Amino acid sequence: MQTVGILTLQGDYDKHAQVLRKRNVDTRSVRYPDDLLNCDALIIPGGESTTMSKLMDHIGIRDEILTFAQTHPVMGTCAGMILMANRGGDSRVKPLGLLDITIVRNAYGRQVDSFVEEIEFKTQFGVEVIKGVFIRAPKIKSIGGNVEVLAELYNEPVFVRQGLHMATSFHPELSNSCAIHDLLISMIWEPVLAE
Amino acid sequence: MEKGSFEVKVGLAEMLKGGVIMDVTTAEQAKIAEDAGAVAVMALERIPADIRSEGGIARMSAPKMIKDIQNIVSIPVMAKCRIGHFAEAQILESLDVDFLDESEVLTPADDANHINKHAFKVPFVCGCRDLGEALRRIGEGAALIRTKGEAGSGNIVEAVRHMRKVQNEMKVLTILDEEELMAKSKELGAPFSLVKQVAKLGKLPVPNFAAGGIATPADASLMMQLGAESVFVGSGIYKSEDPPNRARAIVAAVTYFDNPEKLAEVSYDLRKAMKGLDIAEIPEDQRLQERGW
Repeated sequence: MQTVGILTLQGDYDKHAQVLRKRNVDTRSVRYPDDLLNCDALIIPGGESTTMSKLMDHIGIRDEILTFAQTHPVMGTCAGMILMANRGGDSRVKPLGLLDITIVRNAYGRQVDSFVEEIEFKTQFGVEVIKGVFIRAPKIKSIGGNVEVLAELYNEPVFVRQGLHMATSFHPELSNSCAIHDLLISMIWEPVLAE
Repeated sequence: MEKGSFEVKVGLAEMLKGGVIMDVTTAEQAKIAEDAGAVAVMALERIPADIRSEGGIARMSAPKMIKDIQNIVSIPVMAKCRIGHFAEAQILESLDVDFLDESEVLTPADDANHINKHAFKVPFVCGCRDLGEALRRIGEGAALIRTKGEAGSGNIVEAVRHMRKVQNEMKVLTILDEEELMAKSKELGAPFSLVKQVAKLGKLPVPNFAAGGIATPADASLMMQLGAESVFVGSGIYKSEDPPNRARAIVAAVTYFDNPEKLAEVSYDLRKAMKGLDIAEIPEDQRLQERGW
């Protein structure tokens, strides 16, 4: 049985656990460095990136996440994407640098501008359409050469992947679709298959 | 593109889970709150303890103060409006406030009606003392519920009473027969559709936070263990002797609420908490929780 760790420092971690339970995947809440030991993948949820960044340093889990990420899939949604980026231009957040992307926080506006829009993305089975819930969402301003864009909205990337790591500027955990979490689960087997 | 739906309102409330929302009255205090790890700040003219001691009519915050705070922090900025004062709410919405608290801490503007919160794009949080009150507010469109507690008292007893009452009344709903739910809906004074929903889910259909009297990391832990999903801290931070340290300690206490060693560690170097008030010392007609229904 696969176990997906969910960073449980702050945010909508429960919503991710609910999606994974629909797929009969074990979840583990990750609050201490040792919690990563038996995980096969990690999700960094939505929430406040400034708060999560500080709590990561408070408990000292940053290095463990970076080591884990070298050999395991990691997915970030919204604040999680901000934390996975390598450039944010905001001293309030210290990102992990797992994705070669530049982020602008709250770039779609404040809460009154939060919105829902359909997002299309390609999977191995064809094109999936899922509901994209954007809450004070960040924008990806630029991407490195090794970053694959999996979905766009208004000609801007909103779902990207680089190797074992992927991130969305919206919240798949707030939609009824499991499609993006399914992709993360399938990635757990990729390093094994590649060997 | 759909904006301001109930879904995106509750969505922001979900993002605030496991966090601390701090009352602030200046841009400097807002900066301290953000640096300490607050998930949001609540901009208001006076913190509840001062409203209580100074008296007078407490109204919505000044637009300039809200803008100053929005300019200095990147986390969500909330503001309070008076119960029933939908014109204050309209003004605060036009200022792009991220969340509105229709709050008993301010002087009520309407003694019979709360705001129709469905009419707004901005999400609302409302206080409650029991399940009926929580469901009436959700029926009016609140996207987030918090206990009322007794704001500005530094005394956790009322927040505990309110959280236990809500949890207890929800548990009862889950074991009732479907035939009994309408009578229960009448007794609670709550919309039948929401009573049915709670009976099925065993929890509120929106996030459920704690507020009113939280002054220490231990208070925050207590409320989280009683079922709160986040905490609001008002007077407890800026009426203490070391606001930045206390703010940081309460942020860690919410994440590690079930770890007593960690709670002891974050409480170790704290200076004095706010003095606080015994509820019996507050005359009944001055209890903020009695405002609204």
